[in-house]
Amino acid sequence: MSPRELTFHIFRYDPETPEVKPHTQTFKIPEEPAMTLFVALNKIRDEQDPTLKFDFVCRASICGSCGMLINGKASLACKTLTKDLPSDITLFPLPAFKLLGDLSVDTGTWFRDMSVRTESWIHTDKVFDETAQEEKMDDDLSLEIYEAERCIECGCCVGVCATANIRPNFIGATGINRVSRFMLDPRDKRDEQEYFEVVGNDDGIFGCVGLMACDDSCPIGVPLRGQLAYVRRKMAVAGWHRK
Amino acid sequence: MNSYDITTTDVLVVGAGLAGERAAVAAAEAGHNVIILSLIPPRRSHSSAAQGGMQASLGNAAMGKGDNPDVHMYDTVKGSDWGCEQDVARMFVETAPIAVREMAHWGVPWSRVRNEKRMYEGTEIVEDPEKVGLINARNFGGTAKWRTCYTSDGAGHTLLYAMDSIVIKLGITVHDRMEAIELIHDGERCYGVVARSLRDGELHVYIAKTTVIATGGFGRLYAASTNAIINDGGGVAMALNSGVVPLGNMEAIQFHPTGMVPSWILITEGARGEGGHLLDKDGYRFMPDYEPKYKELASRDVVSRRIMQHIRAGHGVESPYGPHVWLDIRHLGEHRINTYLREISTIARTFAGIDPVKELIPVRPTQHYTMGGIRTNKDGKVYGLDNLFSLGESACWDLHGFNRLGGNSLAETVVAGRIVGKKIAEYTNDATLEVKSNLIQEHVNKVSARMDAIRARGKNGENWVDIRKEMQMTLELDVGIFRTGEHLQHAVSKLSDLYERAQNVGLMGGGGQGADPELVNAMRLPGMLKLALTIARGALERKESRGSHFREDYPKRDDENWLKRTLAYWPEGAKLPELKYESITITEIPPGDRGYGESSGKK
Ligand SMILES: Cc1cc2nc3c(=O)[nH]c(=O)nc-3n(C[C@H](O)[C@H](O)[C@H](O)COP(=O)(O)OP(=O)(O)OC[C@H]3O[C@@H](n4cnc5c(N)ncnc54)[C@H](O)[C@@H]3O)c2cc1C
Ligand code: SF4
Ligand code: SF4
Ligand code: FES
Repeated sequence: MSPRELTFHIFRYDPETPEVKPHTQTFKIPEEPAMTLFVALNKIRDEQDPTLKFDFVCRASICGSCGMLINGKASLACKTLTKDLPSDITLFPLPAFKLLGDLSVDTGTWFRDMSVRTESWIHTDKVFDETAQEEKMDDDLSLEIYEAERCIECGCCVGVCATANIRPNFIGATGINRVSRFMLDPRDKRDEQEYFEVVGNDDGIFGCVGLMACDDSCPIGVPLRGQLAYVRRKMAVAGWHRK
Repeated sequence: MNSYDITTTDVLVVGAGLAGERAAVAAAEAGHNVIILSLIPPRRSHSSAAQGGMQASLGNAAMGKGDNPDVHMYDTVKGSDWGCEQDVARMFVETAPIAVREMAHWGVPWSRVRNEKRMYEGTEIVEDPEKVGLINARNFGGTAKWRTCYTSDGAGHTLLYAMDSIVIKLGITVHDRMEAIELIHDGERCYGVVARSLRDGELHVYIAKTTVIATGGFGRLYAASTNAIINDGGGVAMALNSGVVPLGNMEAIQFHPTGMVPSWILITEGARGEGGHLLDKDGYRFMPDYEPKYKELASRDVVSRRIMQHIRAGHGVESPYGPHVWLDIRHLGEHRINTYLREISTIARTFAGIDPVKELIPVRPTQHYTMGGIRTNKDGKVYGLDNLFSLGESACWDLHGFNRLGGNSLAETVVAGRIVGKKIAEYTNDATLEVKSNLIQEHVNKVSARMDAIRARGKNGENWVDIRKEMQMTLELDVGIFRTGEHLQHAVSKLSDLYERAQNVGLMGGGGQGADPELVNAMRLPGMLKLALTIARGALERKESRGSHFREDYPKRDDENWLKRTLAYWPEGAKLPELKYESITITEIPPGDRGYGESSGKK
């Protein structure tokens, strides 16, 4: 059987040269066995257009660099196999993030800002003691924290979120999940009201309209639905205590 | 067109992986102003891809009982085939338990000892009730005790996220998508770097009292590598380009036994640590025949060679991508695989369409780690230039000698980050911030001249894609696991030709304006070839076999002539690296038998 010919329709725009308007460009390549979009895009760049911009780092669905809209669905390009797609493949950059060029968007700045605003670090007065044994933790709890910490900051859940697309400061499902990760962690000494300051507002959990587009889009299966519900419950109670 | 802006700071750290960030934290905690540069957002650094774990002799797990720094020391020195600096290894093993606990303090959700019985290779493991809840450890290659602390199989991810959270907490400035390309120096002292923004292509000058290189490994010089695609050695090449900084033991390249065919994505050693087996085309478990004591968990250099030896003897599984063997983890059971080896089962499912609960994973030894790098002393200070430090995989601190143990590299990043970070802070206290403006201009001009020349050659120049591919194949075929004088000679001449061609690299696409990715890649090419040549030449000259460097024409370790470290320099204008040698520091354990490998086990 001869291999399929794949036709890519790729979004092109360079903010440095606004005189060239956004457009899609078409490339054709023969499909190879076990071909991922990482392999395909590099083939296009190496052989047809060396100016094409996109981001890959780990090419193993670990680092979160390569989120994009693949035939309209947000996912990681490196873990998408062409055999699971029709022969016409349309690639667009993730919306909601600043466009750097073609398929490359600035997720890094967005996530750093989110981490700063949610104060994503362990808050504690304890000073590290080099001579002491570590504090004990139940392994089931560490697995639960890891479950939330598995987010790789790819931005897929942000790109598909209606709220995030109209409200630039909304922290998204990833941000709410991030807060839940610290709420679960007994090493973080923030109380309910301190968390409320961080997420108990319209840029946080109360901005979420609960349609769960995010939950379906997470390429590594962070249980966003459950995490959103957990934070919503906690913050509803915290809000009650405030009054 | 030589416009650029200048930023000054106390400490400039190039690289936002675990090593760079840990050093930055140490310097910032001491009150210094710190700026970190990175090709990519920090959390995407390759450190995040480490799955298996980090070694520290906590001795909490039942199978790690009685562990201590001395045992860790002995394993590390043996693993290195007596190539490591023993004073460095001693500091390292003493500090690793502190570093792992410090990371717990900062939020790493380490897997903990469970109150559960478990079967492992036919023996029942019963944990000490006193230790339940303390940081657990798993088995890794070449270790006498279970010592590798882990978070399921996301150790690197959780370490890097915790570390970066401290960088954010301390408000340390990070400039991402900023590539350092040239050291500003006068042959004696380093003053900072010339960098180029990957957002818009503009040049930026960073001037610092102390400059630190923590740019990670350079596996992408090889055709098949487990490394991230950004691991092409830019930071190391930048040091070599100075003409005065030597690179240590570049020929010491690690091949990991289990890269998955054909994407070469890593299947962590944790899979064998958890009890996975290697099988040949007949489904036969062959490692016990070669390594009766350690079996699948001898050191990596040994297991990789044994696999290739077995394949050469005709027992490999044929495939369009060359022969391979199988990794079998089915007997670990669904629960254990989906809990503690979850990322790799996802990887096997996604990239090879294989369910490891029911099926075998195709694997072959694949380039994985670079033991060599920018040579430093035990404080992390780089040879040859003042005010310059290096640490992590880009450095040759020399903890690993000729073979790194799995789990010792993540540990090195945070341990060196503590130790070297303190030294950087102290050193910076006494350093000044003065630099002649014509020195800056000279280095900026050098960079612009290179860019202009590439643009001017345009389509009349060489295509970087072709040269890179030929370089990668040359190292793959001629400077691989089994090496001979003939192949290495061929590699050196081939790479020299490619280096000449790389001087004429052009642009096939656009005009190299702004952040054109082709110009970025074309600029990196000559440096990559220099590194490739230091690897090939170092390997050609080293006429013995030690750790990962295996010469079929000199199959024995030769302590009489070769108990020494290669130092590769690249003087201005030279066509080949110049090699010198230095002695290895041996403070505790004189050279002896490793207890595994060709000289110990069965032939
Ligand atoms: C797949 C895989 C799995 C691994 N698993 C384990 C394991 O289980 N246990 C273990 O101990 N080790 C493991 N290792 C090895 C270990 O992960 C690495 O050696 C270690 O993380 C390297 O850390 P680093 O900080 O030195 O470099 P990196 O994490 O690679 O960071 C390098 C940084 O430098 C920046 N940079 C590079 N060049 C430039 C430049 N020119 N200008 C500006 N910035 C630059 C990059 O942006 C990046 O931020 C693994 C390695 C691989 C490939
Ligand atoms: S459920 Fe909330 S976070 Fe998720 S997509 Fe909808 S609005 Fe966004
Ligand atoms: S929660 Fe999932 S989709 Fe959202 S950023 Fe994290 S990994 Fe990506
Ligand atoms: S390149 Fe790392 S997730 Fe796709």
